[in-house]
Amino acid sequence: MKRMTQLISVCAAAAMVMSAGSAVFAEEGTFKIGAIGPVTGAAAAYGISVMNGAQLAVDEINEAGGINGSQVELLTADDEHDAEKSVNAYNDLKDKGMQLLLGTVTSAPCIAVEGEALNDNMFLLTPSGSAVDCITGENAFRVCFADPAQGAKSAEFIGSHELGTKIGIIYDSSDPYSTGIMESFVAEAENQGLEVVSNEAFSDNRTDFSAQLNKAKDAEADLVFLPFYYQEAALVLKQASDMGFTPAFFGCDGMDGILTVENFDTSLAEGLMLLTPFTPNAEDEMTQNFVAAYEEAFDGLVPIQFGADAYDGIYAIKAALEDAGATPDMSASDLCDLMKTSMGNITVEGLTGTITWDPATGEPEKEPKAVVIENGEYVALD
Amino acid sequence: MSFLTYLKDGISLGSVYAIIALGYTMVYGIAKMLNFAHGDVIMVGAYVVLMLLTRAGVPGILAVVIAMAVCTILGITIEKVAYRPLRKASSPLAVLITAIGVSYLLQNIALLMFGADGKTFVDVIKLPSLSFGDGKLVISGTTIVTILACIIIMICLTLFVGKTKQGHAMQAVSEDKDAAQLMGVNVNGTISLTFAIGSALAAVAGVLLCSAYPIVTPYTGAMPGIKAFVAAVFGGIGSIPGAMIGGILLGVIEILSKAYISSQIADAIVFGVLIIVLLVKPSGLFGKNVQEKV
Amino acid sequence: MGEKQNNIDIIKSMRRKTLRKSMLNYGIVIAAYAVMQIMIATGNISSLLKGLLVPLCVYVIAALSLNLVVGISGELSLGHAGFMCIGAYTSAFFSNAVGNTLPDLPRFILAILIGAAFAGVFGILIGIPVLRLKGDYLAIVTLAFGEIIKNLLNVLYAGIDSHGLHFSTTSAMDLHMEPDGRQIIKGALGISGTPKNSTFTIGVVLIIVTLIIVQNLINSRNGRAIMATRDNRIAAESIGIPVTRFKLLAFAISASLAGVAGVLYAHNLATLNTKKFDYNTSILILVFVVLGGIGNLTGSIIAAVVLTALPEMLRFLNNYRMLIYAIVLIVIMLFNWAPASLDLRSRLREKLFSKHKSEKREEGEQDGNS
Repeated sequence: MKRMTQLISVCAAAAMVMSAGSAVFAEEGTFKIGAIGPVTGAAAAYGISVMNGAQLAVDEINEAGGINGSQVELLTADDEHDAEKSVNAYNDLKDKGMQLLLGTVTSAPCIAVEGEALNDNMFLLTPSGSAVDCITGENAFRVCFADPAQGAKSAEFIGSHELGTKIGIIYDSSDPYSTGIMESFVAEAENQGLEVVSNEAFSDNRTDFSAQLNKAKDAEADLVFLPFYYQEAALVLKQASDMGFTPAFFGCDGMDGILTVENFDTSLAEGLMLLTPFTPNAEDEMTQNFVAAYEEAFDGLVPIQFGADAYDGIYAIKAALEDAGATPDMSASDLCDLMKTSMGNITVEGLTGTITWDPATGEPEKEPKAVVIENGEYVALD
Repeated sequence: MSFLTYLKDGISLGSVYAIIALGYTMVYGIAKMLNFAHGDVIMVGAYVVLMLLTRAGVPGILAVVIAMAVCTILGITIEKVAYRPLRKASSPLAVLITAIGVSYLLQNIALLMFGADGKTFVDVIKLPSLSFGDGKLVISGTTIVTILACIIIMICLTLFVGKTKQGHAMQAVSEDKDAAQLMGVNVNGTISLTFAIGSALAAVAGVLLCSAYPIVTPYTGAMPGIKAFVAAVFGGIGSIPGAMIGGILLGVIEILSKAYISSQIADAIVFGVLIIVLLVKPSGLFGKNVQEKV
Repeated sequence: MGEKQNNIDIIKSMRRKTLRKSMLNYGIVIAAYAVMQIMIATGNISSLLKGLLVPLCVYVIAALSLNLVVGISGELSLGHAGFMCIGAYTSAFFSNAVGNTLPDLPRFILAILIGAAFAGVFGILIGIPVLRLKGDYLAIVTLAFGEIIKNLLNVLYAGIDSHGLHFSTTSAMDLHMEPDGRQIIKGALGISGTPKNSTFTIGVVLIIVTLIIVQNLINSRNGRAIMATRDNRIAAESIGIPVTRFKLLAFAISASLAGVAGVLYAHNLATLNTKKFDYNTSILILVFVVLGGIGNLTGSIIAAVVLTALPEMLRFLNNYRMLIYAIVLIVIMLFNWAPASLDLRSRLREKLFSKHKSEKREEGEQDGNS
């Protein structure tokens, strides 16, 4: 036993020593942008999409001559959608010389990493971390809408388009994203003359929505608002159809991807409306080119909005770095100070709209878009 | 009317718990161990059916039969490789921890093979639903099949244990292994048979569970498995009618708490039931009090 | 007379042995601390490793506390993540509520005490009913308890304003706070913005405190009573050892130490929610204990460190990590506990001792077979 113990101690010590010397300093001449998100685990779809979108943008930029004449390198790390792992990933990327951070992808880890980045004065631009607390510091910005903005915009859209009057809500109380949207939706619904007739949460049990749907049905809701991700939404639609409940359904950007769910009967999603900044079917040239390039680079995978957010995020970083006249030999902290002002000066014509930033809050300013599913395809609603 | 809807949902969910609980209760009664991996066998069954249906295009009933066979073999193998060597271990914790390891192993193999994303389950049961009171109460084909399956399985098992030679052997082994051995009962064989039956039932439960809530993930079986164990304890561990009643009661409690108390703390209520039952009547509704032997 | 003297000698030598073992644990911890401090001082440490130091302390404390229940009392708790969760939530709530009215260190010390106390109280509350139950039931009830805690905390909202504390179990809007109020616990979203008070030094101090408590308990009269209970409950009861009371003591202390691990965790990250404290975390801690050797404190420390640090170092193995844990768990249990394996091992050992080194080759062959 003792020998065993010694052996283990030696191994542990060796592992630590190996790791100790691995601090690498930024190579001259390249900007090192880190990207953190879940590439494995339950939220992997989002992380993978962000990494792909970011990589695509970086490749394009490098081909076109880089930023201020310098090449860009994308460093990626997996956080498995876990706050603790995300901080580890952040530290790991710092060791590898990261100067700017695109991330993290999901909200809870983003809040943790933002705390660290604020201490280090590291510039952080989250493509998709939509919780309010994700960008508390001056160093932090985001590409997507914050949750309250999405909830209010959804209520506005439903009200102004008269899509329904008696609203049932089902939301995921364990997800900041879903809860944030729900709260601001309820607040705005009143202004829009909408009546919230049922408001039910789910958290640990993510398979059985019959009780929540039954309550909406009993309250005679004519529109059910589903501010959560598409995997659960697919189950909700199926269970509603099984119980003969057929209101209109309205979702947020997390609903994007529902048509790609394996074995999902897409006819159940007919007429489903969702607010999303990006649809791969949009006909503008930029989207078409992006989708084509994405499909070619990643084995025919169709991009979802996370990839588009990341793509826009990289271009925003590029624009701001150019605005500031930054060079790659600057330290992360110096770059961060420059970015804080430059982010307010730029306008990005992106996939998710024409975006400007408020440097005081870090929030983006852009128009929301809504789509409806018809014949298994997204069609823009206006 | 909405109460009836909730009640129906509760009985349907409870029937699935009951079928899983039967596997737990038989194994616990005979091998005196909590087979933590039982819930994950459900998940394996569900994946097997899904793959057979979507990838191989096998007809529904045949797919279920194959899944039962796969799970039976899996159950027997797990018992032989991981549990049997520890049956006489000095600490009862040994086999329990190993069972947790097996549960983890199955989940992670599934994770590597199928990924963490949920796979939508396809309809195996294609029966029309019944509609009452102008669509206010809709009973789906899945619900009908689930409840019927539960009743049939319970009747068959009761007859099997009460009337057949193997059934008597099971009772003997659960009373006293050594004495049973002396009487010429093949103890190892009997335990294997118990695992086989429990695992085959788990496959059925997997199909029913995923038909009602049509998604399969590597963790699909874990929570229903634990709840089914609660049901088995509730009904009295080792008792077949106990598992059935316990399962259905638990399902009804869960759905009614969701409907009338809070959809979020329903699980807490279900587990609260377990703690209360163990405090008030540790032997459960139908269980026997067993004196500890020195 | 002679025989009595002989017995006293045996006891004395056993005492020396336990003392040596205890000292070894302190030595390992202090040596590791010194090495790390030197590395930090000379700037020879990667950010990754530096960021891992506090989590390592968290898991070491959690593993030691679980070993007290599993190894010493011989009961299986699958709810240790639940106790961590209580420690984390109560302490983070306290730190956030008090805010800057107290300086950092006293506030953190109070937070640790509060986390430990609450977790300990829950340990007693859970322990009283369930410790009367045996192994499997205890495991499932502790598991149930962990789920209940998670579930209830997920619907808890709390805030503070000039009128004091507000609680609600429905939504943030039902807190009815004054406009100047601050939300602290936001339902399933948990607590964010907890001050980052956990440091490596405090972590190591807490490990040493944990070791002092656990080792003294093991080597005390009560500790021996608990182990007697583990080895033979009925015999222990028959010679008048109040089994349940001692188990409760060990269980409560263990819960409270797990709470301390939770406090350290909560004050290391800016966000805290119940997702972290699920069944998987309880199992992870169990893996540390099993791999380190049930009842072996040194083993728990090393296993917790290696299994926390290694996956971060070997990130490419991520997908296989859990699979490897599962296999390790099964194989170690079979190797260490199966009568057949023990039998084989003792026969092997006998062979090795009776014959001499000249037959090393044969030994190699048999090792391969075992």
